[in-house]
Amino acid sequence: MTVMTYAEALNEAQRIAMNDDPNVFAIGQDIGSYGGYYGVTAGLLDTFGKARVMDTPISEIAITGASVGAALVGARPILEVGFVDFVGTCWDQIFNQAAKFSYMSGGRARVPMVIRMACGAGLAYGVHHSQSLEAWFTHIPGLKVVMPSTADDAKGLLLSAIDDDNPVIFLEHKFLYAEKGDVADGAQRIPIGRAAVARQGRDVTIIAWSRAVHWALAAAEELAGERIDCHVLDLRTLAPLDEAAVLRAVEKTGRVVVCHEACLTGGFGAEVIARVTEKVFDSLEAPPVRIAAPDIPVPSSRPLENEYLRPERRLADAVRNLVAVSHRTARQRK
Amino acid sequence: MEMLAKMHLLRAFDQKVGERCKRGEIPGLIHLGIGEEAVAVGVCRAIRPEDKITSTHRAHGHFLAKGGSPKALMAELYGKQAGCCRGKGGAMHLVDLKIGFLGANGVVGAGLPLAVGAALGARIKGENWVVACFFGDGANNEGSFHESLNLAAIWNLPVVFLCENNQYGISQSISTQQKVANVADRAAAYGMPSQITDGNDVLAVFETVAKAADRARQGKGPTLVECKTYRVSEHYEGDQGAYRDPDEVAAWLQNDPIQRLEALLLERAVLSPVELERLPRDAEAMVNDAVAFAASAPYPAPDKAERHVFAAGKRAAS
Repeated sequence: MTVMTYAEALNEAQRIAMNDDPNVFAIGQDIGSYGGYYGVTAGLLDTFGKARVMDTPISEIAITGASVGAALVGARPILEVGFVDFVGTCWDQIFNQAAKFSYMSGGRARVPMVIRMACGAGLAYGVHHSQSLEAWFTHIPGLKVVMPSTADDAKGLLLSAIDDDNPVIFLEHKFLYAEKGDVADGAQRIPIGRAAVARQGRDVTIIAWSRAVHWALAAAEELAGERIDCHVLDLRTLAPLDEAAVLRAVEKTGRVVVCHEACLTGGFGAEVIARVTEKVFDSLEAPPVRIAAPDIPVPSSRPLENEYLRPERRLADAVRNLVAVSHRTARQRK
Repeated sequence: MEMLAKMHLLRAFDQKVGERCKRGEIPGLIHLGIGEEAVAVGVCRAIRPEDKITSTHRAHGHFLAKGGSPKALMAELYGKQAGCCRGKGGAMHLVDLKIGFLGANGVVGAGLPLAVGAALGARIKGENWVVACFFGDGANNEGSFHESLNLAAIWNLPVVFLCENNQYGISQSISTQQKVANVADRAAAYGMPSQITDGNDVLAVFETVAKAADRARQGKGPTLVECKTYRVSEHYEGDQGAYRDPDEVAAWLQNDPIQRLEALLLERAVLSPVELERLPRDAEAMVNDAVAFAASAPYPAPDKAERHVFAAGKRAAS
């Protein structure tokens, strides 16, 4: 184990994969000498040279499509799109091209590529640089969607994403880049499609991903002092969803809160809750709860952005309330 | 001669597809390339088997010219399991990597960046293939056109951008859609050489593209080739739009690429009157075989619908 930041862990994963396989290359805006907007590709140019670490013009359609085309003929691009908010400029190449080739060819073509994008609010970047758009991607069959919350997961999941023969949307939370953590040495992979228990508990299950996992852990810590024992499940991968882990975690406690930074309506929390109610409804002691951002663009001004980020502050109360409701319901049933 | 035979195949294929469409045997949105055969055949004859092409929504001709199987294509149009994409693609989403056919495309202009990527892939993998990127005049007003030409130019990638200017983007004449007279004029903006060619003269297309492909293979970068042709077919089968002057269509029918090549070959005595008769008959027979195969082939089982969303494999560990 080595302590490193989330950004360093991502850097190391790319380094390992590029060392391992000459077909792997990095492409994106300002990823070379500049090292990427968060330093994630720092130093790769020096090690691997311009032929494999390609600074591109500001042409999202062309660089995304070029990555798809290169993947189609057997190369393995790691494309950095600095902010998920820019995905509108290259969306066709992602959802109509990358996501469709395997299917439309009857399984005879594949697009092994990773699209790394920074998401998330909290830095006063405003409406065009702060969104959490993961639900868009999860609605497209053919895309895998990965959202690590820790440095160790960032490294292990990025290695798996590069290995994968499918387009993988790899969403990195910009607030987490500087977060440090223990990271496994070497080329240890963390499988895509597997959730992780971030904290064991018996009373309430909190399901989260990306930065919201940290909110969940903080809330769990706070609630432990009130003898509410929270179980925290970090999805890590939204597509494919580790449904078995979700159902198990909910059955264990009978109470579930899904917490995410993306806004409420059409958020991935709705999908999680739908699966829970369809499949383990009988194990629920109280109605499931979603804690999500309000349905507003992300404002720039600090106090306003804090309103957007209200799930962080509301989570602990939501859990308290859920426990109270379920106790009341239990008493009424008696 | 070989090119003439291919052009007959493309013509006979699309005529047959049009007929089967009207009978309701072939479903979906079908775009025929009648009148545009010289471009597909001239281009694909000028490149090598290992070279790649990207195509458009009007893709049958490109697919056949690149060496695709008429049976597999017809079966795909019929939605059969024996189709080149197991019935999952259909006319606008054909793929056949074995022949270097990197995809028809239902989205105008979407193939251009893919072509740039396939050329980039050649560089990454140390391969010497060239990519011929077909697109229509409609696509040259898409942002993807601009971004792709610029990227290919700055990276000196082995792409031949191949504009099939058939004069119409669905109902709109190119003259109403852009100020510059030629698509090729735009190449200057990317520091890229360009060439305008008579797209109904298969030999001219062949020679122009052979030079451009050669240049690309030598590492001298991309070329924009504009082939001026005409879509004798309507935009899609069933299109009722009366947006074209009948005299204009009639004039282009006189400029038919197959008849032009036949006249030339007869004049040069490369083609005998007997062969002149035989070639279309051979093509017709091949297409009839394809239809018989496709019509009688089984449909995919419904439970196949959920397969192939994801590729099953992983990078081989080294």
